[in-house]
Amino acid sequence: MDLVTPQLGLVVWTTICFAILLFLLGKYAWKPILTAVSERENSIESALLKAEAVREEMARLTTENEALLKQARAERDSILAEATKVKNQIIHEAKDAAQKEGARQIEMARVEINNQKAIAMADVKNQVASLSIEIAEKVLRKQFEDSKKQDELVKELLKEVKLS
Amino acid sequence: MQKSSILKLKIFRLHLISAFFLFAALFPVLAFSQENPSNTTEKKFDAKATILEHIGDSHVWPIVGEKYMPLPVILYTGKGVECFSSGNLMPEGTVYRGKYYAYKLEENKIKVAGQSGSVDDAASKKIIDFSITRNVACMFMAMIILLAVFLSVAAAYKKRAGKAPKGLQSFLEPLILFVRDDIAIPNIGLKYARFMPLLLTIFFFILLNNLFGMIPFFPGGYNLTGNIAVTCVLSVIILFVVNLNGNKYYWKHIFVPNPWWLFPIMIPVEIVGIFSKPIALMIRLFANITAGHILILSLISLIFIFKTIWVSPVSIVFVVFMDAIELLVAFLQAYIFTLLSALFIGMAIEEHHHEQEVL
Repeated sequence: MDLVTPQLGLVVWTTICFAILLFLLGKYAWKPILTAVSERENSIESALLKAEAVREEMARLTTENEALLKQARAERDSILAEATKVKNQIIHEAKDAAQKEGARQIEMARVEINNQKAIAMADVKNQVASLSIEIAEKVLRKQFEDSKKQDELVKELLKEVKLS
Repeated sequence: MQKSSILKLKIFRLHLISAFFLFAALFPVLAFSQENPSNTTEKKFDAKATILEHIGDSHVWPIVGEKYMPLPVILYTGKGVECFSSGNLMPEGTVYRGKYYAYKLEENKIKVAGQSGSVDDAASKKIIDFSITRNVACMFMAMIILLAVFLSVAAAYKKRAGKAPKGLQSFLEPLILFVRDDIAIPNIGLKYARFMPLLLTIFFFILLNNLFGMIPFFPGGYNLTGNIAVTCVLSVIILFVVNLNGNKYYWKHIFVPNPWWLFPIMIPVEIVGIFSKPIALMIRLFANITAGHILILSLISLIFIFKTIWVSPVSIVFVVFMDAIELLVAFLQAYIFTLLSALFIGMAIEEHHHEQEVL
């Protein structure tokens, strides 16, 4: 029964040994090891969480960028469409205005031409009239320089009057 | 015809091997008959004594064969403390005259020798043996190894803070994490951190001593975790830790069982339970390790009992098999001891919020 009888000496030494071991290992080994392990675990976990957050952020940014890009494209398209429309409108308006202006100027020119023509015609008429009067005066003066001729004419005229 | 058919058989090789062994088995018999005259004086091999000597304790640390390392003997004799080397008592039976008494070894126990050289039983009972025996010396060795290993690992953690473990550190980290994640946290819960040093120390102390016990030669080959004194100390520590940390629910469970009329039965049962748990721990570790050592030594002893080397293949095959199982047991027992310690601690500090008052 030696086997199952604890010997006091060994009990005492085991207690001392275990106490020393527990104290030294607890203070200088387990504590730093467990702290280091849990710190490392925390840092890994936080790094993973951060990575996850960054990935989410990236995804968010990408979708945002895409949305922005889409919006920008749509905006560009609409701006272009509007510009085209405005351009067409302006061209159209300009054409209209030009046409109207042209028509007006042509009309004015025609009126002016008519006026000038009328003035010129009137002038020509006047000059023709005065010229013919002058010519007639000169002819008459020439014919009636001597009184004999005058008498002859008067006699002829009188004759004509009598004949009629 | 028959011979040629035998040659064609595939088991011919097996026949050959068996034939070789049968033939060879004749030799030791012959050899023995020649050596016999010189052997008659040799002691008869006593397997039981050999095994018990191994699994027990001794005052010297055997190295190889008859060589041994003497260890200090420390005795409290009632008259005073006496220290001397155990080399003075070897070989067994040598009487050493100390300051207060004369001593001699008898069955690895230090006894007081009387005038005539016989054992003085009355005086022997008074001396208390605090010697550094083989087990104590081995425990010191294990302690130094544990300290060296884990302090260097701790230093590695400091040096490589935040980095992946390397070398010894990466070998031990899974074990440390195993104790934390699979033993402490599931059984103790949130307050596990306070008990981690104790659980880790117990786990590695038992594991290292189990493994050293399996090494068949110096400096291993001792039976520390299979010694009842050692397992007793470990379980007493658990007993104290569990009961000093027990909260009101733990004590209420023991002294205020649920239906009041169960008081006379339940209180004694629960009080026995307080002690039976550590006692179970103590006996489980002691019995498992001792049984393993006894089995392996018995198988080896077969060779010496049959007095022929040709038993050795059988013995060795079985011993290798047993060693493999013992290797498993070494880990398993360290695990179970730590697991149950954690479980008992967890039960003692568990916070109950269930409907005890309702009933």
